Amino acid sequence: MTGKTGKIEVDGVAKVFGDPQRGFRAIDKVDLTIADGEFVCIVGPSGCGKSTLIRMFAGLEHPSEGQIRIAHDNPDRPMTAMIFQQESAFPWLTVADNAAYGLRASGTWRGAESQERVDYFLQKTGLYSFRDFRPDQLSGGMKQRLSIARAFATNPEVLLMDEPFAALDEQNKLIMQEELATLWEEFRSTVVFITHGLDEAVLLGDRVVVMSSAPGRFIHSLEIDLPRPRKSAEIRRTPEFGALTAELWDILGHEVRTARQQEADRIQAAGR
Amino acid sequence: MATIETIDVSRAPRKGTRRVLGMPIGLISPIVLLGLWEIAARTGAVNVTFFPAPSTILATGFAQAQTAQFWGDLGISLQRIAVGLVMGAVPGVLVGLAMGLFRPVREALNPLIAALFPIPKIALLPLLLLIFGIGETSKYVTIAINVFFLMTINTFAGVVSTPKIYFEVARNLKASRLKTYLTVALPGALPGIFTGLRICMGTALILLVAVEFSTADSGVGYRIWWAWTVFWVDTMYVGFLVIAILGLGFSYAVDFLERLVIPWHRKHER
Repeated sequence: MTGKTGKIEVDGVAKVFGDPQRGFRAIDKVDLTIADGEFVCIVGPSGCGKSTLIRMFAGLEHPSEGQIRIAHDNPDRPMTAMIFQQESAFPWLTVADNAAYGLRASGTWRGAESQERVDYFLQKTGLYSFRDFRPDQLSGGMKQRLSIARAFATNPEVLLMDEPFAALDEQNKLIMQEELATLWEEFRSTVVFITHGLDEAVLLGDRVVVMSSAPGRFIHSLEIDLPRPRKSAEIRRTPEFGALTAELWDILGHEVRTARQQEADRIQAAGR
Repeated sequence: MATIETIDVSRAPRKGTRRVLGMPIGLISPIVLLGLWEIAARTGAVNVTFFPAPSTILATGFAQAQTAQFWGDLGISLQRIAVGLVMGAVPGVLVGLAMGLFRPVREALNPLIAALFPIPKIALLPLLLLIFGIGETSKYVTIAINVFFLMTINTFAGVVSTPKIYFEVARNLKASRLKTYLTVALPGALPGIFTGLRICMGTALILLVAVEFSTADSGVGYRIWWAWTVFWVDTMYVGFLVIAILGLGFSYAVDFLERLVIPWHRKHER
């Protein structure tokens, strides 16, 4: 995808928590270009700064060094919408109002047209008949589908997903991955997707970027040229899927062991 | 020798309210207490000059409920509580929200509130009498000051305990300050606001009675004090009864409002 102008350009970005010199260096001078309409998955060991990176895209953190540029092409569309790992549906709003929240909050609500859009995504996520319910009346999977409906209904130029399925049980996760793939193939907005699941990354992404253990750097970028539309069950049976997942693990396994050792050292140091 | 442990419904804990003679046990205990009191009063085991029989108190109560004075007292007392509550709660909620949302406001006000909150508000009454005179205003303000502090502190606690994720959703979607205030901070603070209200209703009653003891010539508290000066003990007890019923009524009213306004905030019941 290189050569195109990036939708998102990350230029020498570092993030240090606490003291600039002695603080915890979460991300170390990373560069990344994400093309318009590209679905990029970022994988890496725990604590490698991948969540921090996506939170910077979302405007929730600021880089300590470097710059992130996101092209905001259409002012009628919000720039980003984030789907969080935790439950993030507002308990005080109905399902319908939750799904409409993004459009209303960002001031891009356009009456009937927006309502149609919200209803469409409620239908797509199977929540339309629950639109007058409150989140506390829904199951965990439904609440996460509501977050997805809210983000898609917002019609952002970039969709940000921070391990959106991590809290779900394995079987629900499989279904949601497929539903997300179908939904995305319809709209093809730019997506940044953080995950621990290598199979999830291969299944969903156009490209998988691997981060090192802390301080996080990009150590590998893997193009996933599996054909779309991707049907989860079929894709998983192909030898290419297995090979790509294994290739990712070859790169990542070493980093995970490093991260474990770092963690052990840190805990021991803190204990002294 | 081997034994068999049977696990079936027979050992399951019983559900629902415990009942004695078909009545909930919470209703039995006051009835038993009142019954014992009645017997003690009638047999002369307690001095009816100080502890008149419940039946006597009830009879006095019914008689007083026919008089305009009784309803006048009740009306003015409710008015003092209501006005004091509104005067204190509205600014209290606003300041609490501002403290929760804006760090400078929090840093500026936190020490001030921590220092002023523990002062028993009734101690300010003489000052308030000087400023506002002996009329209704000084009574409203005494109750309002107390309500203000309780609502500020509890609203602030409500905003602060709202999970950060909801603010992040609003921020990510570029919601304006005002939108965030109205769609996240306020609903997030509502459980805290109701906790504050619950405490306010109790303390407002205490202050009401204290204020009416000292500077009023009407109201339920005044009537209790007046009953002492003329030694009408039955009337005094009717006053206690009215205060108790008010307290219970306020508590139910707040519960009812809470269920109505924040149905998503369910108490963890077994």
